Amino acid sequence: MWLKFEQRPEPSRLMRYLSPLLAVGLMVASGMLLFHLLGKSPAEGFKVFFLNPVQDKYGVAELFLKATPLILCAVGLAVGFRGNIWNIGAEGQLLIGALAGGGLALHFHDTNSMLLLPAMIVAGALGGMFWAAIPAWLRTRFNANEILTSLMLVYIAELIVSWLVHGPWMDPDGFNFPQTRLFQAKATMPILVQGTRVNAGLFIALGALIAGWIFMNRSFMGYQMKVAGQAENAGRYAGFSARRTVWIGMLVGGAMAGIAGVAEISGPVGQITEHISPGYGFAAMIVAFVGRLDPVGIFFSGLLMALLYLGGEQAQQYLALPYSISKVFQGLLLFFLLCSDVFITHRIRWKK
Amino acid sequence: MPNAPSETPRLVIKGVSKIYPSVIANDNVDLTIMPGEIRAVLGENGAGKSTLMKIIYGVTHPDKGEILWEGSPVTVQNPAHARELGIGMVFQHFSLFETLTVAQNVALAVPGRLDLAGLSRRIEEISGKYGLPVDPRRLVHALSVGERQRVEIIRCLLQNPRLLILDEPTSVLTPQAVRKLFETLRQLASEGVSILYISHKLDEIQELCHTATVLRNGRVTGHCTPSQETPKTMARLMIGEDLPTFHHGEPEEGREVRLRIDGLSVKSEDPFGVDLEDVSLEVRSGEIVGIAGVSGNGQQELLRAISGEEPVPDKRWIHVCGVPAGRMNASRRRALGMCFVPEERLGRGAVPRLSLTDNVLLTAFRRKMVRFGMIRRKAAKTFADDCIRLFDVKCGGAASEAKSLSGGNLQKFIVGREILQEPKVLVLAQPTWGVDVGAASFIRQQLLCLREKGTAVLVISEELDELFEICDRLVVIAKGRLSPSKATSETGVEEVGVWMSGMWPGAEPAKDEAPHVA
Amino acid sequence: MQPSLLSAILFATIVAGTPLIIAAVGELVTEKSGVLNLGTEGIMSMGAVAAFAVTVHTGSPVLGILAGMTAGMAMGLVFAVAALTFMANQVASGLALSIFGVGLSAFIGKPYESQALPSVATWNVPGLHKLPLVGHAFFEHQGLVYFSWALLAAVAWFLYRSRLGLVLRAVGEAPVAAHSVGYNVVRIRYMAVLFGGAMAGVAGAFLSVFHTPLWVEGMVAGRGWIALALVVFATWRPARVMVGAYLFGGCMITQMFVQGSGMHLNIPSQFLSALPYAATIIVLVIISHNKATIRLNSPASLGQPFSPEA
Repeated sequence: MWLKFEQRPEPSRLMRYLSPLLAVGLMVASGMLLFHLLGKSPAEGFKVFFLNPVQDKYGVAELFLKATPLILCAVGLAVGFRGNIWNIGAEGQLLIGALAGGGLALHFHDTNSMLLLPAMIVAGALGGMFWAAIPAWLRTRFNANEILTSLMLVYIAELIVSWLVHGPWMDPDGFNFPQTRLFQAKATMPILVQGTRVNAGLFIALGALIAGWIFMNRSFMGYQMKVAGQAENAGRYAGFSARRTVWIGMLVGGAMAGIAGVAEISGPVGQITEHISPGYGFAAMIVAFVGRLDPVGIFFSGLLMALLYLGGEQAQQYLALPYSISKVFQGLLLFFLLCSDVFITHRIRWKK
Repeated sequence: MPNAPSETPRLVIKGVSKIYPSVIANDNVDLTIMPGEIRAVLGENGAGKSTLMKIIYGVTHPDKGEILWEGSPVTVQNPAHARELGIGMVFQHFSLFETLTVAQNVALAVPGRLDLAGLSRRIEEISGKYGLPVDPRRLVHALSVGERQRVEIIRCLLQNPRLLILDEPTSVLTPQAVRKLFETLRQLASEGVSILYISHKLDEIQELCHTATVLRNGRVTGHCTPSQETPKTMARLMIGEDLPTFHHGEPEEGREVRLRIDGLSVKSEDPFGVDLEDVSLEVRSGEIVGIAGVSGNGQQELLRAISGEEPVPDKRWIHVCGVPAGRMNASRRRALGMCFVPEERLGRGAVPRLSLTDNVLLTAFRRKMVRFGMIRRKAAKTFADDCIRLFDVKCGGAASEAKSLSGGNLQKFIVGREILQEPKVLVLAQPTWGVDVGAASFIRQQLLCLREKGTAVLVISEELDELFEICDRLVVIAKGRLSPSKATSETGVEEVGVWMSGMWPGAEPAKDEAPHVA
Repeated sequence: MQPSLLSAILFATIVAGTPLIIAAVGELVTEKSGVLNLGTEGIMSMGAVAAFAVTVHTGSPVLGILAGMTAGMAMGLVFAVAALTFMANQVASGLALSIFGVGLSAFIGKPYESQALPSVATWNVPGLHKLPLVGHAFFEHQGLVYFSWALLAAVAWFLYRSRLGLVLRAVGEAPVAAHSVGYNVVRIRYMAVLFGGAMAGVAGAFLSVFHTPLWVEGMVAGRGWIALALVVFATWRPARVMVGAYLFGGCMITQMFVQGSGMHLNIPSQFLSALPYAATIIVLVIISHNKATIRLNSPASLGQPFSPEA
């Protein structure tokens, strides 16, 4: 017996919504299997990984805190992905955004102005856009594949951060640790709920979700991006500019990632170090896909991905498993999603 | 016809059915072919001809039914198996590989060790024997469409087939080349090869075929002997009614020029493309001008230059309603009053996965469907509803995906969308290609109405019959150059056929090679 | 520059280029069949960790290579199931494979982080390795370096001289035509993806068992992505892969030599480390600039899913 896919006459609306749930189910199931193989109790593993992190108010707040940069990056990436712009360098744009915003905070270390934080956010967006503009320019001007160039720029961004915190920007009173001095109060995000770390960055993320939704679903430009992504020739036939699609896709992604970077350094991190982001820029691609490139979906998948991060920390603490287990879960989730998506357009037939 | 009753039929098909999720492609089809017989399989687009041939060649498998090959039942596993049995097939959309040489292409269909030198010799032998000149060392992308077809035929003949299937083989040939092809086919038949000839062109079938099987909606609606029928009676078998005819008023003189192409020369960016050389053409208000030609002679490039999908370097090369528009993109040219119906419907003329309402926005957004950068979906929906009603588009409403429509209905929708924008100039490529007869005549009628209203219409088509039916004037494109224009009433298929090989009076001899035709 | 230094630079360049050659040749074969597998980074990571673990436990680098190859094929299989059987978007599937592979290798490799392996002995080509200058640079290598040369020759022969190679190119050029001529497109693409996976696995094994030899999380450090860029740089031709690989290999060892040469250049080490990545971008720009070259050489169906049904 061998399975065969048969095209549905009409794509299934039901499966469009079921397929992410199916993917999550499969991910949890294979996670339990993994725990079992590692000699841990699957039930215990499930509890530690998926339930423990959100047991109390602090845990839920952490969930939203972690989801903030993921949602920000994912909304920006979704705009590009819809237009077939494969910006996979959000991690680098996040870092450069953090450097731009953080540089401002370090420069105006003594200011008392309320404008510092907003200025940092703007600088972060500009920094991210600058880093994203490089692959956009290389693509529109030289036809260079943005997948590879944007990714290479991640490595370069990491090295720039490393150079700055080891060199020019190193905290003079920091015992030679590779980090900058801590930011002052005017350069940090206000905390929303006392006793937790969740901060005003969450509002920016929610605002980005709403703006993203309007752009994608209501604006003519969003429509043009969708056309370019689904049928390049139709876009050209209509006379929509392919260059503009590339630029907007990349720049929006870069701006959002840059803001996410500022949200991290002015929020939970509080300074620039070599470890600003535990791979948020990459995880955000999964968030975007699992969320169907739609802001509503991204909200939920952002929370799910945040849970995987927190679950990884818990597993490290209570099950003595490496933290990287959360990346294993992330990869599995995306795989299962991509595979279950076939059921939207196809159904299975068993062949003898 | 060598059809002695004692002989075993070469192929018998009994009760074959093939059901796809959305359509019954073949329904209980019977067909018999004898050695040396040339049998036409006649039917409209979508009648199930291609599916039947794919079943015989093993590309797909029937859900029901039986196939007898030379008297014994077989299940054709795959094309390699079919070739082993002695079945060869020439595809409508050639199954050739552009970046490989002729010999390599042939090698892919010949089992055994890879011996390109030996194979090249055999290719030359066959090509000499059947009058199919082709150079085995050349890369396929450098060949003309006619040459490519020869490669396909040679590829089949190398295996000494006893049954040869040809799927719409003449759609890419000039009338003269068609005659040469028929000679080859008759020679093969006289050697005992059976030939299944798929076509919807009634005159060709009458000229070539001994017998015919007619398909409609997947069913056999009759068998006949073409020499004893008239095109009219065969058409009735094929479409179930009489072929529609049009009346065509005289063109008025002295109307304004709406589309002017002046000395357009474009080097193709695609290495497999055709360069346009010094193309000039005028289309006036209230006339339909046709561009005839064998595909692959620059039609694609010319269309992209006219539509603005590929703007040209000099703005004066193209004038739309008097405005130099060469450097404008498609959207800005549309703003000048030009509309365009491309050859590919899905993926170019319409976005497959978007609703009809969203597909209206693609080109008609200027009609108050966008305000402050935001979409007014209601306006688009109204437009889509009008288009569906006025152009008789059969679909599940404006919310249906473009992909779910049949070829004919989607084409009516796209033509409707462009016409409802009241264009001053309308350019169409292959307006009725792959469309059923009813929809095709509806579209042609709409074009004639538009002409009455004073629109300048330019039609590019490979179907000569269609061009002669609706056009006031004709020009011919060959190797990226355009012939002088001639009134349709003052020329005929024969002359246009000669021109299609690039040999119109005053044409410079082509510089490098033979024109892009057979 | 004294001969011994030049010889050492050549030697190190070849060593640094070897994993790139192996991985890029594998990806080249995959892409020739029309499949874009962006998961090379993840596959190399898995190959590296599997090879390292098996070598630690068995003491045999050969078994280590086989383990790396097996892990690479397993990863290739995962990708093939998603992209070929389930017809998922190839770009997204490749990204998923990279994220998954990098994560899983870190997970598996945790217990091995502090361990070290003895370095694998070189095999000197009799006679030739005594040649001045080039002897050391070219003929005193570990076995896998020679393997990479043999692999290049074999793949070039396969693609341009063998029947199966012709079929593979045909499938990548026009899968629909290949299907209608009677080839099983999906099966051929499966084989190509598995081969690509196996080679990326071997490339990973070279890094962890031969080159360094140790296991550190993230040690592949973008080499998988550079290998992808190399395929574009080589315009899908095997011989050019070699040129490109040694070019990048040269970039990668610059840092080592600048610091080791006693030249007191005041360049932060991070800038030198960024060289290979910057070089990748520059090379991509130069090659991609000419659209016609790309179109003539890239497999026409690259990255497009194929369903035999349609």
